Amino acid sequence: MDKMPRWADVALIPLINILLAFILAGLVVLAIGQNPFDMVYFMIKGALGSTRGIGYTLYYTTNFIFTGLAFSVAMHAKLFNIGGEGQAAVGGIGAALVLLAVPWPHWTLALPFAVIGAAVFGAGWAAIPAYLQAKRGSHIVITTIMFNFIAGALSIYLLNGVLKKPDQQAAETRQFGDGAHLPTFNEMLSPFGIEFSKSAPVNFSFVLAIAAAVLVWLLIWRTRLGYDIRAFGNSENATAYAGISSVRVTIIAMLISGGLSGLLAINVVMGEAERLILNFVEGAGFMGIAVALMGRNHPFGIVLAAFLFGMLNQGGFELLWEMPGISREMVLVIQALIIIFTGALVNMTRDPLERFFIRMNKRAG
Amino acid sequence: MDFLQLILTLDSTVRLSVVLLFACLAGLFSEKSGVVDIGLEGKMLISAFVAAAVAYETGSAWIGVLAGCAASLIFAMIHGVASIIYRGDQIISGVALNFLASGLTIVLGHAIYKKGGQTPTLTGNARFTEITLPFADAVRDVPVLGPIYSELISGQTALVYLAFAVVPAVWFLLYRTRFGLRLRAVGENPSSVDTAGISVVGMRFKALFFTGILCGIAGAYLSTAQAAFFGREMSAGRGYIALAALIFANWRPLQAMGASLLFGLLEAISNLYPKIDVFGVVTIPVQFTQALPYILTVVILAGFIGKASPPRSVGVPYVKEN
Repeated sequence: MDKMPRWADVALIPLINILLAFILAGLVVLAIGQNPFDMVYFMIKGALGSTRGIGYTLYYTTNFIFTGLAFSVAMHAKLFNIGGEGQAAVGGIGAALVLLAVPWPHWTLALPFAVIGAAVFGAGWAAIPAYLQAKRGSHIVITTIMFNFIAGALSIYLLNGVLKKPDQQAAETRQFGDGAHLPTFNEMLSPFGIEFSKSAPVNFSFVLAIAAAVLVWLLIWRTRLGYDIRAFGNSENATAYAGISSVRVTIIAMLISGGLSGLLAINVVMGEAERLILNFVEGAGFMGIAVALMGRNHPFGIVLAAFLFGMLNQGGFELLWEMPGISREMVLVIQALIIIFTGALVNMTRDPLERFFIRMNKRAG
Repeated sequence: MDFLQLILTLDSTVRLSVVLLFACLAGLFSEKSGVVDIGLEGKMLISAFVAAAVAYETGSAWIGVLAGCAASLIFAMIHGVASIIYRGDQIISGVALNFLASGLTIVLGHAIYKKGGQTPTLTGNARFTEITLPFADAVRDVPVLGPIYSELISGQTALVYLAFAVVPAVWFLLYRTRFGLRLRAVGENPSSVDTAGISVVGMRFKALFFTGILCGIAGAYLSTAQAAFFGREMSAGRGYIALAALIFANWRPLQAMGASLLFGLLEAISNLYPKIDVFGVVTIPVQFTQALPYILTVVILAGFIGKASPPRSVGVPYVKEN
């Protein structure tokens, strides 16, 4: 055996890397004269200490599941879709159009159509970079970055123009009708006698996100298309010999990816704001890259990583009250360090560990 | 539009394009050597913060620039260690460093100055002031050339002149020296450079050194020359526009200057003329002007106009053969 045991690869290395990230983040906290252990305590308390905290944590988790899955599907085809931010923003426009156009009688009717609206618009925004990559060889990283900015400009234009609520300053649409209101956890759980915070924004979209994770798992590991996507990601040449069309795989993988990013809008636009507002994506598209990376592109791992990032996000907001000396952007520092150690510098821990295990094996054998 | 208005628009263009130009040249070094850098944004941001803070504490704008460059250089070296030594993913490293800069600038700014991440306003020598060139006042009334000299060419900050002086220097370094030849070779075909007995790792780190310094100047310009303080997210996506300019320029230094000026002009137009009436028929919204650099870059990348030809080995970690 000349490899590391699987458990070391899947669990040990990520744990070491996250630990390194937290140690470095702790040093930053020490440097600004604060106590890192207090910070961790207040963040965990803020994220999990009450049903309100849990509700916010799960709300952010929902966002990160969608964007993490989105990034991972494209990544299975070795496509670096960093356009999640823009695709989610355009998905929001799609969801809003559906929800504004029809006076929906009940959310069970509104949801499927809003999902279609968000997914189609998100996918549409990914389609052009996908086409340009597949047909004209334009690098998808750059085109999707450019499309993020174009989506930003488009949102500002629409929300200050045709979509803007009349007679109002703020760049936002009017409220969606009552029939488009997604049940919150409070409303979902009270029939069972479980008390859940009323103010927490977590809603039915969380169920949708978990369903999406299961569907992505089925798609990638249990369907022909998923096989094609993974094969294409592993070796473009081999798939060409096997008769798999690179254009088809590239475009389909990107459409699914963009559609999943678009679904973030169901949680934020339909579930929380209940109207389309500016900048509602708030970096969740980019964060999806980190989530997918930590979750090793597997839906189960992505759900776990999304929960960790959701906790960090919510815990960061609580810091504002408990430790005013630490700005909430400390969360961004922690997340960035996690990406650096689990993503960019992963070989820094993997190489020596691999050597260590190989040596152990030789000695044992 | 009268003549003076044109001059003022161009003056604004020059001021806005300087940041893009420094950052674009920074990206040029990195990408020419085969390392993709979408972390230009983060390096600019961290430098803008450090430069403003150090300039405030020392009272010297130039020391601020040096400190900003040092901060940017550290980020460039982290990117180098991750992508050159540990063959990590260059995009992920860039994204992470951008996040790190976003977070760190506000955390530190908040801890030191307690103003929500903003640094105190710079005054006197702590900021760059406009330099009036000789005879600028004397020739002001000369028709056409007078305003061009006294408004456009004179009255800029030292970093503006530096930016335009750096362009030919970069060209010379890349295309007329042995170092430049090797640097370009390492981005096109690293194994041939390796075969010639030159260290690929060494060359790429040298390239990233220039990237760090130039990005540092770009960021310092934002907070010590264009404005006189650091504000959160001050770089506001300019690192990505610079990346777009680099593609637009097809990875060549002189064209990088042209692309930076063009994108600077678009930014100046969107600042000065938010709504443009075209013969009273259509109104071009400001958002379109703002999105135009990105749209143009996509068109270029699509190959409908011109052809983008990036360095062949850009983004590929080099693994030495045994």
